[in-house]
Amino acid sequence: MSADAAPVRATAPDASAGKFGRRLAIALGPIIVSLVLAGCVLLAVGVNPLAYYGFVVERGLLSPLGLQQTLTRMAPLLFIAAGLIVAFRAGMWNLGGDGQFLLGAVAAAASAPLLVQTLPSWLALLLAFLIATVVAMVWSLVPALLRAYQGINEIITTLMMSFLGVSLANVLVKLAFLDPSTTVPQTRTLAVGDRLPRLFETTITSGLIFGLVAIVVVHLVMTRTAFGLKLRTVGANPRAAIHAGLNVPVLTVAVFAISAGLIGMGGAIDIIGIQGNVRADWNPAYGLAVIPVVFLARMNGFAAIGFVFLLSVLSIGGESAARRLGVPQHFTMVLISIVLITLAVAEYLGHRLNQARKV
Amino acid sequence: MTEQTQAGPAIVSLEGVTKRFPGIVANDRVDLEIRAGEVHVLLGENGAGKSTLISMLSGLQQPDDGRILIDGVEMPIRSPSHALSLGIGTVFQHNMLVPTLTVAENLALGGRWWQRPRIAELKARVAEIARPLGIEINLGARVSELSLGEQQQVEIVRALLRDSRLLILDEATSMLTPKGIAELGALMRRLVERGLAVVFITHKLGEAADFGDRVSVLKLGRKVGEITSERLRMLERAALVDEIVAMMFGRQAGADVISIPPRAANDDALLEVRELCVAETSDAPGLDRISFAIGHGEILGIAGIDGNGQKQLAEALAGQRPADSGNVLLAGKALDGLDVGGRRRQGLRYLTDDRLGEGTVGTFPVSINYFLKQIGEPPLWRSGMERTREIDARASELTRRYDVRTPGISTPVGRLSGGNIQKVLIARELADGARAVIFNKPTYGLDLANTLATRQRVRDIAGQGLAVLLISTDLEELLSMCHRIAVISQGRLVGIVSNGDGAGERVGRLMIGLAA
Repeated sequence: MSADAAPVRATAPDASAGKFGRRLAIALGPIIVSLVLAGCVLLAVGVNPLAYYGFVVERGLLSPLGLQQTLTRMAPLLFIAAGLIVAFRAGMWNLGGDGQFLLGAVAAAASAPLLVQTLPSWLALLLAFLIATVVAMVWSLVPALLRAYQGINEIITTLMMSFLGVSLANVLVKLAFLDPSTTVPQTRTLAVGDRLPRLFETTITSGLIFGLVAIVVVHLVMTRTAFGLKLRTVGANPRAAIHAGLNVPVLTVAVFAISAGLIGMGGAIDIIGIQGNVRADWNPAYGLAVIPVVFLARMNGFAAIGFVFLLSVLSIGGESAARRLGVPQHFTMVLISIVLITLAVAEYLGHRLNQARKV
Repeated sequence: MTEQTQAGPAIVSLEGVTKRFPGIVANDRVDLEIRAGEVHVLLGENGAGKSTLISMLSGLQQPDDGRILIDGVEMPIRSPSHALSLGIGTVFQHNMLVPTLTVAENLALGGRWWQRPRIAELKARVAEIARPLGIEINLGARVSELSLGEQQQVEIVRALLRDSRLLILDEATSMLTPKGIAELGALMRRLVERGLAVVFITHKLGEAADFGDRVSVLKLGRKVGEITSERLRMLERAALVDEIVAMMFGRQAGADVISIPPRAANDDALLEVRELCVAETSDAPGLDRISFAIGHGEILGIAGIDGNGQKQLAEALAGQRPADSGNVLLAGKALDGLDVGGRRRQGLRYLTDDRLGEGTVGTFPVSINYFLKQIGEPPLWRSGMERTREIDARASELTRRYDVRTPGISTPVGRLSGGNIQKVLIARELADGARAVIFNKPTYGLDLANTLATRQRVRDIAGQGLAVLLISTDLEELLSMCHRIAVISQGRLVGIVSNGDGAGERVGRLMIGLAA
């Protein structure tokens, strides 16, 4: 242990700490700027931004019940984020999450209460979960085949299919799977005892665990396996994928199936773990809310967990604040969009700064 | 043809202009003088750097090195609108008119947005400009109803409406009929008689000889020759064409010596292609009954003007493009049913010319780019899982063996120079089990040192007994190492010439459509 070796070793952590600090600043700076900007919007509508933020943090994060709600909300969102990461990393813009989610939810809501009558409840839930997955996968087939074999832009087709999917889910709830025993149009309700167990002594659904597993598995598959590398190759340079002999159409269909399947699982988890049934005209629009979150996380699974948590805090807290302060619930989305725009501007400025430094 | 042109002063001069793009040098120290009263022809093949030069003159791109002088004063051209205000008007290859608007509306575009277009005033000005040039323009017609030639005239008038002193016509004849081309030639003549300067870009020799007052030849980003107006007036057309051919395909200073590797003792055909046909697509020519055989250790060159089916041939052989009929045999074994991966495993390798576009994934690290064509195969992947240690070890070994200059194997490959990206591709294709290799323009966009190294690499491969198909638009390159040279034209092989004395002349004549 010579003394002169110490400073050399000391610089390495310093450099990495500096790098980490800069990355933290790059990540947090725009968020703080966005909070200020959104605060101005709140001021303009006559709400004290500090009160609003305080309320959101208190209700979404600090109060025990709020935190449990937040963690429960994360379960379906994590599945959706996992599905979007697969698609976006492969360069395919699956914007049909809402339709896929709702069809998965309706499929689970229709099948689970029937299956529990004849099967042990774990098997019934598993079957309902799989049925929901398959239904969402099938729903993605039209945009997948059009994109794979006709080169038709999937942004348009998935969005259109999403509108159709949301409507179809509604029709199914009102006509096919209506629970005759209630006056409100909704599907049969899965008894609380038959739903996914809660974690420990809390109200947090065990679906959270499945969601975390799903997104971690997706992250590892995308970064550590040959299949994930093939998908990333297609996403990063489709012509290189063809040149390397990858079967791009088949991979395209697989990407859509996996993406939609995961989102459908999100719908199933929401039903068999949390909601128990689907009410007519129910559309939480999670699919669209998660898209910016996945971008903020730069399609990294672990980062996405953090941002999904943030989204859950904002949306649970925002729902309470909406009731209390009269700020519309959609203000959460306003906040997230402002964050996204600020981040884009920050990235652009950083890029310009780098360019200027090079010259 | 150019009796009464009196060359005026230089309106625009380029001095040592250089433009680099990732991986290639598009323009390398180009000098150019554009004078009033002259049609200055820029001649060169696709990829010679004509379009880049034009985009710098029209303000779309900025040079990395060198200066642009306007009326003798250094003046960076900052943007397309700045170019217009300097009097430089450009008519691009693909027309820039809005097809659903009328001619008058198109001409009025670009005016102040808060003013109502002054159509009446416009009419008077158009008449004033068009009449002496012999152009008839129907201002009320929709652009979509006009022929391509008429649309081009509208674009020329539009440039003149902005008081252009220099008019750049980019590949202006590519979509015109022979009659339209003759009319355009006459129009250019009238324009220069009125004191304008015209820069006319083409890859057709005949047009250069017919329309030019001064001809500059670009090749691989460098200006390889200029024929001045005095000289141009002295020469007969045939002699002129010969001189231009010599410049386009002739020997350059710094080119390497001719060295044809000795043939292997085993002279059987290793790669054989029989009657290969590929259907034409909307943007690519087809292939028409291509047949050839390459022996062990033989280099067969494919010469031809770019875009005559070379890429389609390479892709059909590699399995990347479906063939309609015909056979590909490697050492007597048919490859026809195999896909890209299957053919690769048999030992057929294809080095693409589009190194960044399809050869590599620029954002991926160098290490992964070595193995893009074997994702999932053992030993680097085991049951689908990436084995990072094995991949890194193998990548480091290839980096050393092929002398790839990279900061590290985790550096994104897009950050490397063109020469080093090419080495990554060479390593990928040749590392193990190669028996026949297709090189598509292997030295395109490389600097001299890398060009020479790559050529030597190709010779070494043949020396090891592999069959080499060398596609190149650089005739000199083919002459410096091939045993035989086939010439491709419009998807057909129009002849095969044995390399030797006079082969260059014969191939050159086949390339421009003359009998050998």
